[in-house]
Amino acid sequence: MSNLISISGLSKTYEPEFQALKNVDLDIREGEILALLGPNGAGKTTLISIICGIVNATGGTVTVAGFDNVTDYKKTRELIGLVPQELTTDSFETVTATLNFSRGLFGKPRNPEVVERVLKSLTLWDKRDDMIMTLSGGMKRRVLIAKALSHEPRILFLDEPTAGVDVELRKEMWTVVNELRADGVTVILTTHYIEEAEAIADRVAVINQGEIIVVEEKDELMRKLGKKQLSFELATPLVIVPAALAEYGLDLSNDGWKLTYTYDINAERKGITALMADLVNAGIRYRDMETQQSSLEEIFVSLVKEAS
Amino acid sequence: MNIYGVLAIYRFEMARTKRTILQSIVSPVISTSLYFIVFGSAIGSQITEIDGVSYGSFIVPGLIMLMLLTQSISNASFSIYFPKFVGTIYELLSAPVSYFEIVLGYVGAAATKSVMLGLIILVTARFFVPLEIAHPFWMLAFLVLTAVTFSLFGFIIGIWADNFEKLQLVPLLVVTPLAFLGGSFYSISMLPPLWQKISLLNPVLYLVSGFRWSFFESQDVAVGISLGMILLFLAICIGITWWIFKTGYQLKS
Repeated sequence: MSNLISISGLSKTYEPEFQALKNVDLDIREGEILALLGPNGAGKTTLISIICGIVNATGGTVTVAGFDNVTDYKKTRELIGLVPQELTTDSFETVTATLNFSRGLFGKPRNPEVVERVLKSLTLWDKRDDMIMTLSGGMKRRVLIAKALSHEPRILFLDEPTAGVDVELRKEMWTVVNELRADGVTVILTTHYIEEAEAIADRVAVINQGEIIVVEEKDELMRKLGKKQLSFELATPLVIVPAALAEYGLDLSNDGWKLTYTYDINAERKGITALMADLVNAGIRYRDMETQQSSLEEIFVSLVKEAS
Repeated sequence: MNIYGVLAIYRFEMARTKRTILQSIVSPVISTSLYFIVFGSAIGSQITEIDGVSYGSFIVPGLIMLMLLTQSISNASFSIYFPKFVGTIYELLSAPVSYFEIVLGYVGAAATKSVMLGLIILVTARFFVPLEIAHPFWMLAFLVLTAVTFSLFGFIIGIWADNFEKLQLVPLLVVTPLAFLGGSFYSISMLPPLWQKISLLNPVLYLVSGFRWSFFESQDVAVGISLGMILLFLAICIGITWWIFKTGYQLKS
């Protein structure tokens, strides 16, 4: 896939001396879903805002489809739809009117068919003549997404799109995002729900204190940085781990009923067969065993801790 | 040129006027009509003619100008302040619209509303006082130029204001007093010589004088100077607006 957005040496300093972004380099590929993860104040929204033209960069460049986002801002902005973090809507407008407004603002003539398709895809069609102020929070969030899609953008930025949204609606939105990707739309989303990134992202970028710590294919990131654990449910409890098993670095649960072995999934020899044999030799019997793989959340937390 | 963008802003603002027709159209028309009744018919009947024009007719251009200034500022300032206040400004800033197109949409809509109001009040005035317009073209030119200039001024106030108090500060404490003291209800020739000179420092005087000339050919200052002053103020407003967008003042960090 070719790069649709290229960010090079991007920095932003807010007065008086808060450096929100530090020399950020990032390429976003056409047609992918990129999850931008980071703790509060990491610089996610600033990064998105600069790309979209809401905030001025202090240094560096952003190109979208080969166009500079400052000198060719009209061309870059036509390609982008933005769903902001806050529920900011024109309360006194109807749903259809606000979509027509957004579409016009982005240089497109009125097109009832497109508006209908967007509203139906977000299950807003029945609400098309309702004033926005009468809608629930979740519906307002959908309206913001519909507004961002009304001019048929090639790139969609979703800044915390499911914040404060119930689980059912969140999953509906994931479906919408997947449908957008199927239509060729490039999606960049920031989220606090790492399960969201885990569920729908192709790649993950982790940002912390204004710096991109890692950019990686999600599956590759989990494979590279993830750990796997094998737990044995013992037939009889242990007081301590026998010295003969010290080399495995086993963890014994407080109640003595569970032994856990942590291993590197990429290691050539994981030591599982040897461990099982040594357990038998040590006279330790177990009733059951299970494996667990670290989640993206655990990887994210460890990355941020390391960076801090 | 993003003509659809300009139209979207323009239509959005005009739709807001339609939604708030009582506040936007009916209220200023009623309040101006009350001026005609009180100052024009009741008190005006006791006042002698000014430059051969009955007092009731004499105050019509001044009243229209008073309304035009306040409504242009109010419409334009609110139209850009409100998106800032509720946060919807993000969409405008991230859209492929140039600064010129943004101003064209917002100021165009505010000026349209003001001109419409001015014409409505002009028609309303005909019910209360006899009225002839000596120079209709210039009357319309002064009306449009003043509406555009003060809508632009209102737009600047709307960007500058970061709370509702500031939004009202300039219209209430500066513009309204200047409009009242700018010859809306009198000719400055009725003032003592010193106050006549002081009145010449009031920019609104030139607007009222020029506009009144287009009706009755009577003027406090030469019509060319009136026109020049409006154009000067327009140029200053354009300059400030250009600077605002160039620097992102109160819009972009």
